[in-house]
Amino acid sequence: MPSEQKLGSAIVDTVFANMVSSQNESSLLSSEGDSQRTQYPYVTGTSVIGIKYKDGILMAADMGGSYGSTIRYKSVERLKQVGKHSLIGASGEISDFQEILRYLDELILHDSMWDDGNSLGPKEVHNYLTRVLYNRRNKFDPLWNSLVLGGVKNGQKYLGSVSMIGVHFEDDHVATGFGNHLARPILREEWREDLTFEEGVKLLEKCMRNLLYRDRSAVNKLQIAKITEEGLTISQPYSLKTFWNFAAFKNPTVGAEGSW
Amino acid sequence: MPKEHANWSPYDNNGGTCVAIAGSDYCVIAADTRMSTGYSILTREYSKICKLADKSFMASSGFQADVKALQKVLSSRHLIYQHQHNKQMSCPAMAQLLSNTLYYKRFFPYYAFNVLGGLDSEGKGCVFTYDAVGSYERVGYSAQGSGATLITPFLDNQLKSPSPLLLPAKDAVTPLSETEAVDLVKTCFASATERDIYTGDSVEIIILNANGVRRETEQLRRD
Repeated sequence: MPSEQKLGSAIVDTVFANMVSSQNESSLLSSEGDSQRTQYPYVTGTSVIGIKYKDGILMAADMGGSYGSTIRYKSVERLKQVGKHSLIGASGEISDFQEILRYLDELILHDSMWDDGNSLGPKEVHNYLTRVLYNRRNKFDPLWNSLVLGGVKNGQKYLGSVSMIGVHFEDDHVATGFGNHLARPILREEWREDLTFEEGVKLLEKCMRNLLYRDRSAVNKLQIAKITEEGLTISQPYSLKTFWNFAAFKNPTVGAEGSW
Repeated sequence: MPKEHANWSPYDNNGGTCVAIAGSDYCVIAADTRMSTGYSILTREYSKICKLADKSFMASSGFQADVKALQKVLSSRHLIYQHQHNKQMSCPAMAQLLSNTLYYKRFFPYYAFNVLGGLDSEGKGCVFTYDAVGSYERVGYSAQGSGATLITPFLDNQLKSPSPLLLPAKDAVTPLSETEAVDLVKTCFASATERDIYTGDSVEIIILNANGVRRETEQLRRD
C-alpha cells in the first residue's frame, strides 16, 4: 500500500475516531461538536472534457446527475459561465458545485463593484478555486468536485483543472474522472494547436461518444460550450449518434454451446 | 461504537523525481516535468522547480497541492524578509526556514519531498535534502521522489562523496565541472525514466553560478 495512503488513512482515521467518540449525546441534543463533514458524494456528475482550439476554449459535459447507480437527473447543467472571461465545468457532487457557483457569484460581484474596468480572468478564477478546494481539504471537509476552468482574456487562452484535494494544473486539453482514462488518450493523438471550431467539436464528440459507450454513469444528452475573446455560448442539449450494429451483438450466443 | 472508516484520503502522490548537485562554484537543480495520479498522466509539462530567492531554488516532488502551498508560504516569507532586511535570504537561511515550515505541520504534514539547491554566501554550491517533516542536512548531492532509489546509488558511485564522519570534515562538493555535472544529471534522468513509471516526459535543469541562472530542458521517454 503506497505510503502516502497509509499516512493519509492514519490521519483521517484519527480525525474520524475523535469525531465519533465525541458523539455520545443523542442527536436531539447535538452541540457544535459534531459538525457534519462531507463523507460521501450523493448526486454526482461524470466527466468533463476541455480543449484549447484556434479561437479559444471548447468544453463538453453530459447532463446526467447520478444518485449512486441510478441515473436520477437528466438535465443537470454542468457547464456555467463565470464573469466575462471564464467557463467552469464540474464533475462530482452537484450540491457542492452549486455552492461553488454561489462563491463565484460573490467573487465576481465584488470584483465588479471595484468598478475599475478590470475583471477577473480565467487564471485568477482557477487560482481562487484551487485555494478554496485546498482549504476545505485541509479542514477534512472537501467540496467533492473535480473542476475544469477555461477562458480567454486579452487574447490569452487558458485551460486548467483542479481536483477535490487541490491538485491543479493547466494544459492544452484536460478531463475529469473517466475522461482522464478514455478521452485524454484520444486528445493526445488528435489534438492540434490550430483546430477550427468544427474540428474541435468533432473531436469532443468523438471523446464523449467513447465515454457514452464505456462510462456507465454517462447519459446521451450533452452540451458543448465555446468561449472566445468575443464571448461565451453554451449549446442547447443534444444527443450523439451511436452505433450498435455489430454482428456479435445480433447473435451473441453463436458458437456458445448450451447458451441461448 | 465501531470506528468509522474514511473513504477519502487528503493525500495523493503526483510522482516525479528531483535531483541536485553542488559544485565548487555552481549548483545544478533538476526535476522531471511529469505529473501523474494513480496510473494516469495528468500533464507532461509541469514544473516542480520554484525560485525561492536569487540564489535558492527548490525542487519538490510528492503531493502537488501541498508542494504548491509550501512554495507559496516560502515565497511570501521571503518577500517579508526582503522588506525587513533589505536583502535576499541566503541559501542556508532558506534551508532553515524550509525545515521549520515543514515541522510546523508535523501532525498533518506537507507531503512534499524537497531538495533545496543554491549558492551559499561564499559563492560555493550548496544542496540541502529534506524529508516530509523537516529533517534536513547539507550534502554534496541528493535525489528525492519516485526515482530517488534508482538515482542515489548511481550518484554515490559517480560522485564518491567523502564520509561525513571524517575529521577534519571534507568538503562534499563535487570536483566535477559544470558541464560534466549537467551531463551526469541528464544521464540520471534517462536511466530513472527507463525503470520508474512516474518519471519521464522531460527534465528541467536549472544551473546556478556566479554569472546568474541558466535553464535547460531535455526530452525524456514519454511512455
